[in-house]
Amino acid sequence: MPDELAKIVAEYKGERGALIPILQKVQENFGYLPEETIAEIAKSCGMSESEVFGVATFYAQFYFTARGKHTVKVCLGTACHVRGGERILDEVKRELDVESGGTTKDNKFSLERVACFGSCALAPVLVVDKDVYGRMTVSKAKDTITKYE
Amino acid sequence: MTFEKIREQAVSEWKALQSSKKPLLLVGAGTCGGAAGVFNVLQAIEEELARQKVEAIIIRVGCMGLCFAEPMIGIVKPGRPQIIYGDLNPELATQLVKDYLVNDNPRSDLAMGYVGEGTVDGIPYLFDLPVLKPQIRLVLHNCGFIDPEKINHYIANGGYSGLVKALNMSPEAIIEEIKKSGLRGRGGAGFPTGQKWDFCRKAPGNDKYIICNADEGDPGAFMNRSLLEGDPHSVLEGMAIGAYTIGANHGYIYCRAEYPLALERLRLALRQMEEYGFIGDNILGSGFDFHIKIKEGAGAFVCGEETALMASIEGKRGMPRARPPFPAISGLWGKPTNINNVETWANTARILQKGSEWYASYGAEKSKGTKTFALVGKVERTGLIEVPLGITLRQIIYDIGGGILKGKGFKAVQTGGPSGGCLPPSMLDSPVDYESLAAAGSIIGSGGMIVADEDTCMVDLTRYFLTFTQEESCGKCPPCRVGTRQMLGILTRITQGEGRTGDIEQLERIATTVKQGSLCGLGQTAPNPVLTTIRYFRNEYEAHINEKRCPSLACKNLISFYILPEKCQGCMLCMRNCPTQAIAGGKRLVHVIDQNKCIKCGTCIDVCPPRFAAVTKVSGEQIEVPLEPVPIGSSA
Repeated sequence: MPDELAKIVAEYKGERGALIPILQKVQENFGYLPEETIAEIAKSCGMSESEVFGVATFYAQFYFTARGKHTVKVCLGTACHVRGGERILDEVKRELDVESGGTTKDNKFSLERVACFGSCALAPVLVVDKDVYGRMTVSKAKDTITKYE
Repeated sequence: MTFEKIREQAVSEWKALQSSKKPLLLVGAGTCGGAAGVFNVLQAIEEELARQKVEAIIIRVGCMGLCFAEPMIGIVKPGRPQIIYGDLNPELATQLVKDYLVNDNPRSDLAMGYVGEGTVDGIPYLFDLPVLKPQIRLVLHNCGFIDPEKINHYIANGGYSGLVKALNMSPEAIIEEIKKSGLRGRGGAGFPTGQKWDFCRKAPGNDKYIICNADEGDPGAFMNRSLLEGDPHSVLEGMAIGAYTIGANHGYIYCRAEYPLALERLRLALRQMEEYGFIGDNILGSGFDFHIKIKEGAGAFVCGEETALMASIEGKRGMPRARPPFPAISGLWGKPTNINNVETWANTARILQKGSEWYASYGAEKSKGTKTFALVGKVERTGLIEVPLGITLRQIIYDIGGGILKGKGFKAVQTGGPSGGCLPPSMLDSPVDYESLAAAGSIIGSGGMIVADEDTCMVDLTRYFLTFTQEESCGKCPPCRVGTRQMLGILTRITQGEGRTGDIEQLERIATTVKQGSLCGLGQTAPNPVLTTIRYFRNEYEAHINEKRCPSLACKNLISFYILPEKCQGCMLCMRNCPTQAIAGGKRLVHVIDQNKCIKCGTCIDVCPPRFAAVTKVSGEQIEVPLEPVPIGSSA
């Protein structure tokens, strides 16, 4: 891990406002922000650890614990809301037996609700990893998710 | 290479493509096309082409905006206009290859319309369709028709001629041109763009920045995503023009991470610009230097606010600050900064390409030009639209949108996202321009337009918006931080049937305080959904509070599901599908829902065959039904 982290940090050396891109790269690499990386990031940006932590906790994108193998995101944007997104979320929660924000016991799925994916014309929308599924229904949701191994 | 040479090359490449001897297939491969399954359709087409040994050119285009008809493809056969086919699936697409490409039957039954020169029997001109007729495409003109990954396609269609023109003008003359066009900021606030550029240009200091705000965070809005995916160069050309005018050598694009395809297209487009010398040092020999960096958002709605966005670029928590000083004087890194929305930048490119008079000939008196909207929710034809400002809501919802889904009644249209308001049927004939919507208590906003029908509960919709703004409040100002939470608490109580007399007045008081006491746009506008729904839909609040009834049958705590004994045929479908085993029954028995076990998911209504329609939903009343399953016919 230290090597990979050092590489990411070196890439942004001397660049102004690099903290967020560094956090994004670290998360992309490790799947989340491991606690032990924060000190190293802070040092490279010339900031205190609490400042780095302050920025990381401000943004919804960053996690401090490992995520499931797949991330299921249920959109609850306005269009999805009026077209029944909440029902899709309820069904996914039941199916995976997990609350939103949580990860299943077998670490296979993490569930998130998201404010908008911008595929509103196909509402309601369900996203698994990078695959976007539109015109979702309660019965289709189950089949869509169980496809993922 | 001079621009003239580049343009000649691009035009000949474009012409060669148009007059190719091979058929040309344009596949709508934006994010929504993908979500609708266009890649399965494409695979089927490629397999059939191989089987039939037909050679064709396939290009992936952006979104045409007719999202309701996705997946879509356009086919150009040599010497024929392009025919657009919608609602395809792999089987239909395979058949279409056989019928049109092999046997020359254009399948007018599957076609939506044609574009280009010539006609095809039995197929209407695409832009004569009701969904497109009221639309005017100044900004979206390329979307769906060019390959967004080919800079030459953009150039061949007039692209970058605006930049070239600008580089030969004085900055003052460009500002005059933008002012004359009447263009106002398309991010929502509607500030005159020419004036904004002028402020930043005149600000003291040599180190200046421009920013493109592509942090399209309003739920229910995707105009910027479609434009960035379908025609990224139009935005970049506008930025280069703005940078030259203002005298900024550095630009940033702040784009939300939820838009991976848009980000990819932007990165590619920037590399292409560099190759042609449209960006970098000494652009097209003008002596002007301009560089653009892309910053990916990290998931914070408040970063759509300009001062928060700049804090985020600087690597800080995205919290807004007080203005003045305005960004034009002290913005990014404390330097003069001009920030515009994606659509505004693209508009400036078009204005320079075609002239301010041309632009100002569209639109209304004080709101010139066109605006893109994401028309979504309970309308028949959802999609991305571009209309002249001044058009009425009725024209948008009924003519373009085709009316309310399944013929239901129109209840409200929500404009401006969480910062906007809900407008009732009585406002249908008001024109869509900055002033009229503001007078009605809403805003044009960035362009989300969500239609609600009789099944949408306005109190619940307001609760939904407050959930959003409460979560996204950055926490800096107490009125917003505390006020949104308090309003959400009251709204939640009301939707759960625990509303109290005085709640409405309390909501109004808090809303007014939050509006007045917040620093940034998020807090100042978060109460708008509350205030407009109380103004226009007070009766719904009263029904929830006084009668513990949800008139739209939407609030879970206030509704019950019953199976009507006289209609139930004992088919057992609902019983089998109920996720909580709340339904008792059996073959030829009237089924009964255990109200204590029912989680009100609505699955029973969905699966009950329409010819029986035995499940009913009520609020504020009880229906007499047997307590246990009884043989059909015995209870009546």
